[in-house]
Amino acid sequence: MHVSGIEDKARKARDKKALYGTDVDLESYESEAKPQVIVANAEDLPSVVKKAAMDVGVKLDGESSGSFVQMDQTPVIAKSLYEGVEIMDMASALEKYDFLQDYWWKLVAPDADKYTAEVAAAPPAGYFIRAKKGMKTVFPVKSCLYLGSSNLNQRVHNVIIAEEGSELHVITGCTTPAHVQRGLHVGVSEFFIQKNAKVSFTMVHSWGKEVEVRPRTGITIAEGGSLSNNYILLKPVKTIQTFPTATLAGRGAVASFNTVIYATMGNIDVGSNVNLNAPETSAESISRVVCVGGEVIARGRMTGRVPGARAHLECVGLLLSDKGRIYSIPELDGQSRDLDMSHEAAVGRISEEELEYLMSRGLSSEEATSVIVRGFLDVEIKGLPDDLKQEIKNITQREDLKGAP
Amino acid sequence: MWLLEIEDLSVSIGSKQVLKNFNLRISRGETHVLFGPNGTGKTTLLNVIAGIPRYVIDGGRIVFKGEDITHMSMDERARLGIGMAFQRPPAIRGLRLRDLIKIINPKADAMAILKKMDFEAFADRDVNRGFSGGEVKRSEMVQLLAQQPDFVMLDEPDSGVDLENIKLIGEAINTLTQKDQRPSQRTKSGVIITHFGHILDYMKADRAHVMLGGSIVCSGNPGEILEQIKKSGYEGCVGCTCPV
Ligand SMILES: Nc1ncnc2c1ncn2[C@@H]1O[C@H](COP(=O)(O)OP(=O)(O)OP(=O)(O)O)[C@@H](O)[C@H]1O
Ligand SMILES: [Mg+2]
Repeated sequence: MHVSGIEDKARKARDKKALYGTDVDLESYESEAKPQVIVANAEDLPSVVKKAAMDVGVKLDGESSGSFVQMDQTPVIAKSLYEGVEIMDMASALEKYDFLQDYWWKLVAPDADKYTAEVAAAPPAGYFIRAKKGMKTVFPVKSCLYLGSSNLNQRVHNVIIAEEGSELHVITGCTTPAHVQRGLHVGVSEFFIQKNAKVSFTMVHSWGKEVEVRPRTGITIAEGGSLSNNYILLKPVKTIQTFPTATLAGRGAVASFNTVIYATMGNIDVGSNVNLNAPETSAESISRVVCVGGEVIARGRMTGRVPGARAHLECVGLLLSDKGRIYSIPELDGQSRDLDMSHEAAVGRISEEELEYLMSRGLSSEEATSVIVRGFLDVEIKGLPDDLKQEIKNITQREDLKGAP
Repeated sequence: MWLLEIEDLSVSIGSKQVLKNFNLRISRGETHVLFGPNGTGKTTLLNVIAGIPRYVIDGGRIVFKGEDITHMSMDERARLGIGMAFQRPPAIRGLRLRDLIKIINPKADAMAILKKMDFEAFADRDVNRGFSGGEVKRSEMVQLLAQQPDFVMLDEPDSGVDLENIKLIGEAINTLTQKDQRPSQRTKSGVIITHFGHILDYMKADRAHVMLGGSIVCSGNPGEILEQIKKSGYEGCVGCTCPV
């Protein structure tokens, strides 16, 4: 699409409400932020940023194949440590590569809603990550999107291309420091997983009580490609709405979505949407929600369009308080013969029997609840390198995950 | 000198009365066996001693270490020294057996305990998840060995267990009840429920009782009582001449 075409569309969609989620008043946020200092190495980042990243499981100075950090609207580092992976800030990438026009806004429409329109109208920021043909690494690209100023509308537009036969792991931590009173994060992401490429994408969110979040993600997976997408939200947030859409476009493509949510407040509307458009494709979506307050809407949609496609949805929720709500919406849309699609949804409480069992061993009711909650959130994630698996486990096994306050 | 005293205990679940004026005393250092047909209230008794809250106490009391624990919470009782191997324990997803051992007793040597029960291979499995019937029983023993209660209650620790593992479980019960020490030095006690009594070949028991219809109808030497049941059934024990 021509640049002016994108801008036109964006302009027309400026007031277009999103299909899901509460409506955000974009006017109440500022889009200009003080530019941040660009650094050459991850070690040179401000210590508050390094610490915030660490809290969302992103050890920036640990072993990685590269890093990307955006503070407010400024990409402050985009650096590869492995020749097989290219990492750039989006503006530089668009300048350098004409071919990017074939990917830019191809999986997310600029006029999908007012949030995509907002990003389309903004100067490009965010990351461009490219795993080169046949290049494989188990060391993750570590990225952090840091919203550090109050009342800011942080906008990012990311593109990931995993070329044929590559293997790429990305972990992104999105976070706000405690002093940020209020903020909005709008992120457009487009992932292209090409033939036989293997990608894992892990996103950990840790926002503030007055932060609103609207990610918009489109993913396409070609023949033999695979995606393991993991989303973890354990900290308070005001509102979040996201419904990433993956299209399994080539024979044998595989997608797996894991969602782990511990909600104490806010309006959290999350899910995944998978189109199984090619033979022998399969998709799985597993979500585990613990709600001690706030409203969680857990969506899952699978659309099977060719014979032999296999899809499974699982939404399990533990509702531990009268002040909370879990609304689970699993949808299966079969549009072909010979499909194998299933779903499993449950909303309930902690089993008395398990609680009593642990209490008979001397655990207090609170300790037992917390052990059961942590166990419940310990989702088995496939397709991740062991180190990354361990880091995710560390996040979901934190001591502060309890029953009703 | 009594570690546990149960006096005129009556218990019901819903509208059904399960225990009727139940009486039992166990001294320090003693291990008792409970026999009785299915549905007679054996598990109920142990659950009520452990403090599982879904039962209604209609009367009577439970005294442990001289303290009335009839209405004490489960975890308080556990910390006071009561431990139980469940007949059918639940699985806890996401909780590794190794981690549970550490939570039960941070000072426990988890690997040594697992080794004693030939259970090392299960250290990283979720507690009881997908365990076979016999494996569940060893998992229970592993947890009790970490907990080291002063009074251990074993609800059919031998059911579904193969011949080699029955020996391991018997030995673990002896350890928990200090049968390696001289009788005068033992301070820990236990109660075990078993249907076939095979486990009694591998552990030391001091006394046995037959439960029928929610109360004890006969007490005496474990071997003799088992013989009596085998010969003339539970009914044959009613009004038996065994000294109570
Ligand atoms: N929740 C419940 N609701 C109704 N009845 C119950 C409940 N729990 C137990 N009972 C009944 O109480 C009686 C005693 O059960 P209990 O489990 O104590 O028997 P038991 O002696 O341990 O039997 P077994 O040898 O089969 O293990 C049984 O008739 C049982 O069906
Ligand atoms: Mg029983």
